[in-house]
Amino acid sequence: MTTTTHSGTTHPETTIAADPAVPTIRISREFAAPPAAVFRAHTDPDLVARWLGPRSVTMVMERWDATTGGAYRYKHTRGDEEYGFYGSFHEVREPSRIVQTFTFEGFPDGVCLETLTLTDLGDGRTRLDAVSVYDSIEVRDMALSSGMQTGVAEGYEQLDEVLAS
Amino acid sequence: MDDRLSRVFSALADPIRRDMVARLAVADATVNELAEPYPVTVQAVSKHLKVLEDAGLVSRGKQAQRRPVHLEAEVFDLMTKWIERYRHEAEQRYRRLDAVLADLADEATPDVREGEAS
Repeated sequence: MTTTTHSGTTHPETTIAADPAVPTIRISREFAAPPAAVFRAHTDPDLVARWLGPRSVTMVMERWDATTGGAYRYKHTRGDEEYGFYGSFHEVREPSRIVQTFTFEGFPDGVCLETLTLTDLGDGRTRLDAVSVYDSIEVRDMALSSGMQTGVAEGYEQLDEVLAS
Repeated sequence: MDDRLSRVFSALADPIRRDMVARLAVADATVNELAEPYPVTVQAVSKHLKVLEDAGLVSRGKQAQRRPVHLEAEVFDLMTKWIERYRHEAEQRYRRLDAVLADLADEATPDVREGEAS
């Protein structure tokens, strides 16, 4: 429905596009690391646990086999709350492509297909393009809106920390 | 999810309603004008309008005859904010990933200097 961009300070910008007619979300972002490192940060469970979940939750990896035909399941816990997520790794092609499904256990009928493409920009830089395809525009919009619960307050906190380090 | 937002999403889940909203973004229109391009009855269009109205996406003018339909831009500001928040959350996630990648580069640096880009 719209594309927003934001010129960050010292960080590359993340762009998001939600097509009004197709139930997708597209995200692009550049990283100051070669594709092999960005790929490893998406496949090594210890590394994934350090960045994927919001700061306010603890990420528990219950299963993680990031290979073609593999699968994963992890939990986000915050106090007594527990949220499970699982999916399959349809294709894991080092160092440029990961295709996986994603289901939130609280909404088990919903499945999202995510394709991640890493492009070598040279000079140790990588562009990440992620496309998520949802069952319907309505489900896509619900996924978009779920960001509202956690986003803003803790986000700026982390921004401060990152900028200070 | 916020009740108002869920009404907005389900209102916009229908392709005819999304198209009506797109046309109202250009100019106000009467129900008859809105119904013209669709292969459905004016009554069906009125039902779609009612859904958009209940979601707060459009309002109806007071003039007895025309009662033009007006798009409530404020709701779209809300949605822009909502997408911006999603973007912001993705941005925070990727900044955590930046930090992980920086650590990986640091691990590689002390012993192995060749092959370091920076």
